[in-house]
Amino acid sequence: MSILEVKGVGKRFGGLQALSDVNLSVRENSVHAIIGPNGAGKSTLLNCLVGKLIPDTGSVMFDGQSVLGRAPYEINQMGISRVFQTPEIFGDLTVLENMMIPCFAKRDGAFELNAIPSMMGQKDIVERAEHMLTEMNMADKRHDHAAALSRGDKRRLEIGMCLSQEPRLLLLDEPTAGMARADTNNTIDLLKDIHDSRDITIAIIEHDMHVVFSLAQRITVLAQGTPLVEDDPENIRGNPKVREAYLGESA
Amino acid sequence: MEAIILQILNGLDKGSAYALIALGLTLIFGTLGVVNFAHGALFMIGAFCAVTLSRILTLSHTVIDDTKTDFLGQPLKVEVPYVYDMFGQATGEAIIDWAVPLSLLFAIPVMVGLGVLMERGLIKHFYKRPHADQILVTFGLAIVLQEIIKYFYGANPIPTPAPDAFRGSFDFGAALGFDPNLIIYPYWRIIYFAFATVVIGGVFAFLQFTTFGMVVRAGMADRETVQLLGINIDRRFTLMFGLAAAVAGLAGVMYTPINSPNYHMGMDFLVLSFVVVVVGGMGSLPGAVLAGFLLGILESFASMGVVLNILPGINQIIIYLVAIVILLTRPRGLMGRKGVMED
Amino acid sequence: MFGLTKKDTGLLIVVAILTLLAPFILNPFPEGSAMAQFNAGYPDLMQRFVIFGIFAIGFNILFGLTGYLSFGHAAFLGVGSYAAIWMMKLLTMNVLPAIIISVLVAGLFSLAVGWISLRRSGIYFSILTLAFAQMSYALAYSVLTPITGGETGLQPKVDDPRILDAALAEGATPKANIFGLQMGQSFDLQLGGWLFTFNAGYYLAAVVMLLAFYLSIRIFRSPFGMMLRAVKSNQQRLNYTGLNPKPYTLAAFVISGMYAGLAGGLLVAMDTQVGPERMFWTASGEVVLMTILGGAATLIGPVLGAGLIKYMENILSKINKDVLHQWFAFLPDGLEDFIVAIVYPFVGKGWHLTLGLIFMAVVIFLPGGLVEAGQRIARLFRRKTQDKTTPAKTEPAE
Repeated sequence: MSILEVKGVGKRFGGLQALSDVNLSVRENSVHAIIGPNGAGKSTLLNCLVGKLIPDTGSVMFDGQSVLGRAPYEINQMGISRVFQTPEIFGDLTVLENMMIPCFAKRDGAFELNAIPSMMGQKDIVERAEHMLTEMNMADKRHDHAAALSRGDKRRLEIGMCLSQEPRLLLLDEPTAGMARADTNNTIDLLKDIHDSRDITIAIIEHDMHVVFSLAQRITVLAQGTPLVEDDPENIRGNPKVREAYLGESA
Repeated sequence: MEAIILQILNGLDKGSAYALIALGLTLIFGTLGVVNFAHGALFMIGAFCAVTLSRILTLSHTVIDDTKTDFLGQPLKVEVPYVYDMFGQATGEAIIDWAVPLSLLFAIPVMVGLGVLMERGLIKHFYKRPHADQILVTFGLAIVLQEIIKYFYGANPIPTPAPDAFRGSFDFGAALGFDPNLIIYPYWRIIYFAFATVVIGGVFAFLQFTTFGMVVRAGMADRETVQLLGINIDRRFTLMFGLAAAVAGLAGVMYTPINSPNYHMGMDFLVLSFVVVVVGGMGSLPGAVLAGFLLGILESFASMGVVLNILPGINQIIIYLVAIVILLTRPRGLMGRKGVMED
Repeated sequence: MFGLTKKDTGLLIVVAILTLLAPFILNPFPEGSAMAQFNAGYPDLMQRFVIFGIFAIGFNILFGLTGYLSFGHAAFLGVGSYAAIWMMKLLTMNVLPAIIISVLVAGLFSLAVGWISLRRSGIYFSILTLAFAQMSYALAYSVLTPITGGETGLQPKVDDPRILDAALAEGATPKANIFGLQMGQSFDLQLGGWLFTFNAGYYLAAVVMLLAFYLSIRIFRSPFGMMLRAVKSNQQRLNYTGLNPKPYTLAAFVISGMYAGLAGGLLVAMDTQVGPERMFWTASGEVVLMTILGGAATLIGPVLGAGLIKYMENILSKINKDVLHQWFAFLPDGLEDFIVAIVYPFVGKGWHLTLGLIFMAVVIFLPGGLVEAGQRIARLFRRKTQDKTTPAKTEPAE
């Protein structure tokens, strides 16, 4: 059963055909990696999934509903959460407040004019946020300013914020970019834990093959805006087409 | 037909001023990324350069003229400007008469110096701060500058006439074959438009054809890369600030015969010039110039009796109305680049 | 208390006490003394303190929390004033309906302006709001003269309909009141050399200000307030967290527009007249100055900023050369003239210069405004006391 169905998606920027006829099917509760060389259109594809871009052609169905033409916040409310390449958090707010915001989004929807009740009176939200912080091992930092966190902590916080919404699909855009080896391995373990402990589908865009082969159950290879193959990791490893795409003519 | 020509002509001088101020604003914004609310004050200070020079030139000492007597029968005391002593009466009179154009020479060093001082002394420290802070600090600076001028020159407008040779009007109508006196246009406004064209052309040529300008344009497009090439872009940007200040100042000098300068003229023009910049597209020099002239002419058309009969009051709001429509339909303005100030 | 934390309740109580005792606090100098001109405890100025305090509190809800810098908020104040004066002309001189209608009308107007302006952010938003305000000003000045009275503005007249009030006698002036208590009514208390004035209008405005202040604390501390801070901090993340920033910012815009309308209505309630200059962009700039000067995004900052600017406008501006000479008369003549010459540009008509300099200094050195200055000083003192105690503790370890 696939939770995300991308069919015939194309996107053009002026003279550049960034995506053409992309088909992709992400199975529910799997970890699906999208890999490809630079400029293959990975980020463009991701932006088409979350509502930042609208594809020129094709369809994107999430759980049987089209996401096309919906704003990012609507798509998120449908159950897709996104983790950015550089952590996007609320730097001016405390760690706890950062965690509370997605909890509000989960409980109250896209907009709620709750201007009079006090913040700390929101017992259920506070509890939920505290719980998530504990799970992310960040409870001791709850009153720190988020901007002051280390990069690794920002990444954890961002993932935690996404998880507190209980999304059905978690999209990660090169979550280990620029990380040291140890941090990368920590992130891999974190993502494995996340996947093992809940009903969640993870789609990950990644450059680092170590990350990809440690996590993915299914891999799509993009090259020049179009999918080359979609297969299981063991089959991707030896695939000559993939080698060629990565190493180019110089191989 | 003649009414239309007249309105276009009428719009040109105001449009010239808008275009010159907007050009300077855009230079500063494009090179330094700073939203300069004190730019109107630079225009105003330019105008007061003209006032100052004409006051210096008319500094005089009292001479007793024995050949004439006043109404009490005493020898007449005459105020004789020092320039008469230096250059003789005829040349002296001509110099005083030409005070406004001469002020251009006086204003250039003053304005460049002031611009460089502003950039090094204040603006430099705000590159890394949010745009709102830049707006606020330059807004504060504008208040300070205009209050200083008010302290020294008072609150009333100071008439500063054009040279005698340019007083009076040119009968455009007659020249174009219409009846005489239908389209008459003051000489000085023609001068102002020509002056604006020359300055704008000069700035563009400078940016287009000199190495200095090329580097600055490259820096406007991608500051980091230019710096990586080992070019000291900061010093050039400082000079660009000086240039922008000079453009505003000169626009102010030449505007004095059209409107007697007062201390708040800068703010009056600034508000509109910002609208002009936004309509033209933040960061686009041709956009700023185009929008300046377009809005100037549009404003003058909106002041026509025919138009006012149909849409009363439209002349008061036309520029703002256009700005709102443009911002909503073409967020980047007429010629704006993508991604400028959209944070 | 009142659903606030201890700290916020404390702040509210302090502000309440200061506001209610303002006639005493602002008149520290005896009548007729040399310093009496620094007394700010007269009704007209005290009313301005609290009314512009309301204006700035509202502005801060938009600018302080969301970071959207509006350069056109005076338009809402003006619209509120016009609405209030029409209420007084048509319905009754009782200020209550006037104030209520001013809030509603300003709310509707800000909804329209905000709905359009908030399609852009950053400087574009600032220019859009500026454009709307300047348009309102220009229209009020010219075309809308039948509604606004043009350049001369509006005030209640004897022969206005006022359907709820009894007809006024010929020659009588319509006076603003609340259920019969006239706004201009004052009670003077003479204590020795001191004269304290308790004015009905001031106390009405002060009570409204306290309510407005209380409401703003609630908003700051609510989930809604947190969302607004999140808008300022990272709109992208907010969007990808399933929250729509647009209605949040629009709600903040409308709330702050209603605060501005409330201030406009109260201005009319205190002084029953209005003219278009109230909407000019310098008036919008003034509320920006107040908020930043006091401390944007802080609770009490805008009130302090409003107070400081109105104090300077009314008190500093009255100091002329004679007053200065009087002050420095104890100095030798040459020195006296010299000092007076130095000080003079900054006071009297030059008070704007002082304002501009203070404002620049605040933006450059104290982005948090007066409140940050206060906090820094407080920290300095705390550190000093700590310095005294900590060495004693560490000594044994050495």
